[in-house]
Amino acid sequence: MQVLFKTSYDHDINFLPYRGERIRVGIAIFLFLTVPFFLNDYLLDQLGLFLVYAIAGIGLMLLTGFTGQVSFGHGAFLAIGAYVSSILPVYGWSTAASVTAAVASSSILGALLGRSTSKMHGFYLAIATLVFSILIETVFGQADEITGGYLGLQVPAFSFFGYESTRAFHRYWIDLVFFGLMLLGAANLLRSSTGRSFVAVRDSELSARCLGINVSNVKIHSFALSAGITGLAGVLMAQHLQYVTPDTFGIDMSLMLLLMVVVGGLGTLLGCVFGAALLVWLPIWIRYLRDLLPSSIAEQPGLEPLVFGLILVLFIIFEPAGLAGRWKKTRRIIETFPYFRADIFVRQRQYLKTDRLR
Amino acid sequence: MSIQDFFTLLIAGISQGCTYGLIALGFVLVYKATEIVNFSHGEFMMLGAFFALMFSAYVGFWTGIILAVCVLGLLGYLLDSVIMRRIGGENPALIFIITVAFGFIFRSAAGMIWGWEPLAFPGYFNGTSQFGPIIVQHSRLAIIVLSIILFILLFVFFSYNRLGIAMQAISQNQLAAYYMSIPVKQTTSLVWVLGAAIAAIAGIFNAPFTQVDTHIGFIGIKALAGAIIGGFGSIPGAIIGCLIIGILEPFSDLFLPAVKGISGYLAMFIILMIRPDGLIRQTFVKKV
Repeated sequence: MQVLFKTSYDHDINFLPYRGERIRVGIAIFLFLTVPFFLNDYLLDQLGLFLVYAIAGIGLMLLTGFTGQVSFGHGAFLAIGAYVSSILPVYGWSTAASVTAAVASSSILGALLGRSTSKMHGFYLAIATLVFSILIETVFGQADEITGGYLGLQVPAFSFFGYESTRAFHRYWIDLVFFGLMLLGAANLLRSSTGRSFVAVRDSELSARCLGINVSNVKIHSFALSAGITGLAGVLMAQHLQYVTPDTFGIDMSLMLLLMVVVGGLGTLLGCVFGAALLVWLPIWIRYLRDLLPSSIAEQPGLEPLVFGLILVLFIIFEPAGLAGRWKKTRRIIETFPYFRADIFVRQRQYLKTDRLR
Repeated sequence: MSIQDFFTLLIAGISQGCTYGLIALGFVLVYKATEIVNFSHGEFMMLGAFFALMFSAYVGFWTGIILAVCVLGLLGYLLDSVIMRRIGGENPALIFIITVAFGFIFRSAAGMIWGWEPLAFPGYFNGTSQFGPIIVQHSRLAIIVLSIILFILLFVFFSYNRLGIAMQAISQNQLAAYYMSIPVKQTTSLVWVLGAAIAAIAGIFNAPFTQVDTHIGFIGIKALAGAIIGGFGSIPGAIIGCLIIGILEPFSDLFLPAVKGISGYLAMFIILMIRPDGLIRQTFVKKV
């Protein structure tokens, strides 16, 4: 186990205080920059999709993992990003302008939703977001003159200065740039006072208010940021799908995003990366699983939601800290080899507290 | 619009509202006892209808219904005693998410067992009665009467029965209830049994109107919206809210086809904008 001697105040806010972490992140950056020269188009597209999911995960993680507000409707923000960025180029908007408009509209809608729900009890927000996602799906499905209705909409490729990004490696580089920016931005945000107040609101609204934090404003900020980042992920995801329909971004997608942040590990940025990797690989694993199972089960539709649900339930019961927590524990076991005790990472449980009087 | 049409829609609305109310009752009971919003409650209702369909093919209609309600009660008991009890006191976000995951598991499992196509549910109380110019379907009337009976029974149960009062006690303060030697864990499981059984009854009595398929669980979300309108945690509020949504829907479908299917949700958003705590206020923000 490395011991960190704090020799300057910057040690408290460094992104990567340990040397081992710096080496691992360096290797990861090196790999991400070099793999496009080796992989074929299909694998590169999958890797790009992984980055897009990771961006969406960062968006949801800011809200659910760091501010403690559960959203069951983040698929709706993906839908807004995807649709706005696909519709505006038809009316002659440039790529940069339509992407900006997509992120802005998603963020503004997020802020409005956050504004109308910020004064509510925790689970009201969860239900309001669920209903919001149903409303958005219906709106995009009904407005078929603009969005193509339930039949779907062709997504125009990005174009910069007359060049169209149609190849897989174009998309990969765009995804990588945005992923790097978002990860750096989120990490930076979390060591600023805004990010710290997010965490304070998650841990105790009462103490946050005592410290002079305007709780409902913090929730609105968190919601707007989260919706904006998820909207950006929606823009990029539309580029990968090339054809969007309203039910792509329905409740199933929202559940997948939640699965990503919960299984990855709530409250860690590393969790987004783990969760996104899981989400990209899971369909492939399920395909293998179908070969193993008897055909009466394997050929049924609906195996995916069953497996997703089961994974989510098992993780919440047995490893609520997610893959990131498991990674931390495994490292601690190795570093402190004979001295690890199971209750080093014991979680604090709370008694039921109710705000109801009747 | 003639007076007959008006009353037909009104009665359809009231009976639909009563169905929502029965489902919402389950939500509210579980929420009051454990502070958990069970998002898979609509799926309990779907499973109830499927089980009733399955059993009634073998043992006759009414026995099948009773068996289905018992099976759902058992499912509620197992869900609480095996899983929810283990994760009590965990991060509330995780508890919401786990119940949503249950919903997905139940829906997929039901689709795999009974197929994804809608199945017709045998009608009961076929026929109509005429009150002056108004024609009423008996099955609609049955839901309304049954709901009223259930509401009264539950009211009596919670006001006078020892177990009902114990349930109220744990919903207010678990620690204090434990000091009063109430078996908190067992009582909580019984609340789940009650909620699941009521959901099954609602599912069975709603089934003739909607057919039975894996998507009827989404009615649960409407019931949730109704419970929120009434102020979550209040049983009369939940019933009033669900009646509002139920009566609103057929009329708005007729006059505002643009919002078909989502008028209940819009009503929820509008009411929450005006009264963020619902019609009957239950929560009070702590002042520092």
